[in-house]
Amino acid sequence: MFTIDRRKFIAGVGATTSTLVAAPHVARAAGGKVVVVGGGPAGATAAKYIRKADPSIEVTLIEANKDYYTCFMSNEVLSGERTLDSLKFGYAGLAKAGVKVVHDLVVGIDGAAKVVTTQGGQKFPYDRCIVAPGIDMVFGALPGYTAEAAETIPHAWKAGPQTALLRKQLEAMPDGGVFVMVAPPNPYRCPPGPYERASLVAHYFKHHKPKSKIIILDTKDAFSKQKLFEQAWTKFYGFGTDKSMIEWVPAAKGGKPSAIDVAGMAVQTDMDTIKAAVINVIPAQRAGKIAFDAGLTEGNWAPVNKATFESKKVAGIHVLGDGSDAATMPKSGYAANSQGKVTAAAVVALLSGKPAPTPAYVNTCYSIAGENHAFSVAGVYTYDGEKNAIAEVQGSGGLSPIDASDEDRKREVLYAQSWFRNITADIWG
Amino acid sequence: MTKSSFHRLLRIVAIVGATGLTTSAFAQASPEMLANTCAGCHGPDGSSTGPATPTIASLSVDYFVLSMKDYKSGKRPSTVMGRIAKGYSDDDIAAMAKHFQTKPFQRPGQKVDADKAKAGKALAKKYCESCHEDEGKVGEGVGVLAGQMLPYLLYSIDDFLDGKREPEKRQKVKFDALVKEQGGRGAFEPIVHYYAGVK
Repeated sequence: MFTIDRRKFIAGVGATTSTLVAAPHVARAAGGKVVVVGGGPAGATAAKYIRKADPSIEVTLIEANKDYYTCFMSNEVLSGERTLDSLKFGYAGLAKAGVKVVHDLVVGIDGAAKVVTTQGGQKFPYDRCIVAPGIDMVFGALPGYTAEAAETIPHAWKAGPQTALLRKQLEAMPDGGVFVMVAPPNPYRCPPGPYERASLVAHYFKHHKPKSKIIILDTKDAFSKQKLFEQAWTKFYGFGTDKSMIEWVPAAKGGKPSAIDVAGMAVQTDMDTIKAAVINVIPAQRAGKIAFDAGLTEGNWAPVNKATFESKKVAGIHVLGDGSDAATMPKSGYAANSQGKVTAAAVVALLSGKPAPTPAYVNTCYSIAGENHAFSVAGVYTYDGEKNAIAEVQGSGGLSPIDASDEDRKREVLYAQSWFRNITADIWG
Repeated sequence: MTKSSFHRLLRIVAIVGATGLTTSAFAQASPEMLANTCAGCHGPDGSSTGPATPTIASLSVDYFVLSMKDYKSGKRPSTVMGRIAKGYSDDDIAAMAKHFQTKPFQRPGQKVDADKAKAGKALAKKYCESCHEDEGKVGEGVGVLAGQMLPYLLYSIDDFLDGKREPEKRQKVKFDALVKEQGGRGAFEPIVHYYAGVK
């Protein structure tokens, strides 16, 4: 009969035990705690994709608001094509993906102790922290345009109550009124956004208040997708004629505003005082407050390693989205989503002691400028390690062709609508 | 320094130089990293919620690669894909193709005209099913039609019929026959409603 030698038996048990002991050690190395500050497109994407890549990582997302209103597509609320509610996204999808969602305002990040503190007095220790600070308006940079002034003269550059306020004012405006928009200096969130806004407000006026006029006072002499917008304005809104609904005044022609007169409902430039029925000031912007409070900024934005989005100021903290200094990539929802995935992959690798993987980034951004008329800009990017830069792949990307067919412009409207549904499903779904 | 040690030094210099070059040229991004960049427009894991942008999950590697190459060269017309495809190497495209082939095509169902879909089913059986098998769920070297976004399918038909996109040989025979025997290009619409509605 076959017997087991007692000594061999004990040795066998020993081997098994040591394997069992070793296993949790490996698991511990792969896990870790990540705290994500901010639940916009960048933060929510990063949180979700970390859980997707490695469910052993504990991810806590801290966001002050119960719902997020996307800035993208909010110009369609201003033209009446879409409800504000259709821009609203909650955090149930993230919770389902295993992200611990906390609604509180982060007031401090201690990079040395690796702890995030909230207004509600909660403390969250982390192994790695991801900060998606978004943007803040630089109030006061344009004399007269303060946070209080924004209650009367909306910026509507963060979607939500500001969007609703501007829509209400446009609806109340009598036919024949003047709507003045102040376009911001570079860099700012959504480079073609102000001009899409002018287009869609013109679309609304054309059908409801055809005697009205739009004046864009610009701090710049050129803008994103300019030729495509001007082509659309010519086609739909009489641009270039004396009956044009839209007038664009570049800085070189005196468009740069010098002050806002809230009580007088007027914008002053060096040459003129322009009275308006409705004014929309889109002011200069900078990274959201928490980026400054946590010491992550240099100038107005947060400098980062472009392969990992780790802060150059505080180790262990990653900063991404509109608030980061991602230079070549525009401050767009798609860029934020793409950076969220690159950051997630970097964080997952770094937590388990591996080098961050080679990144890949994309941006695609649609603008709807009239009925059945949209165009896009696209960019495919790789990482240039020598320059720590996000570099556009040569020969790729760029604008919709200026001579695209009406059919293609129409298709791009439906692709824009699809983009909105798919990217929001990818972020919060 | 002896002659042989000098040669050894030269070799080391050469190796260091070569290594310097390879590290500055970054490694190819992982298939997942590359594929993740598509989700913004095509939906999580390549399954679109529409209304128009197509689902790219579950496409055969052959069809995915051919589509991207034709977008890149301009052979296949597009609004944005030509500009995007130019950003990827052949290796990148192959990696993305393999990645998406393994992902399931989500078919939550989209709104179609039931009468058209019914008429389309009979036509599809005669003109389409030999290549688009199993209700169009299988696409060996051809697109997956079942549950694909309706506007996208209509755009594709238009591009083929308008001579903007070159049909495959077998496809051309069937398209010509369909136009001739079923009363012109209007016959495609019921077929599109049928395939779009497959769950």
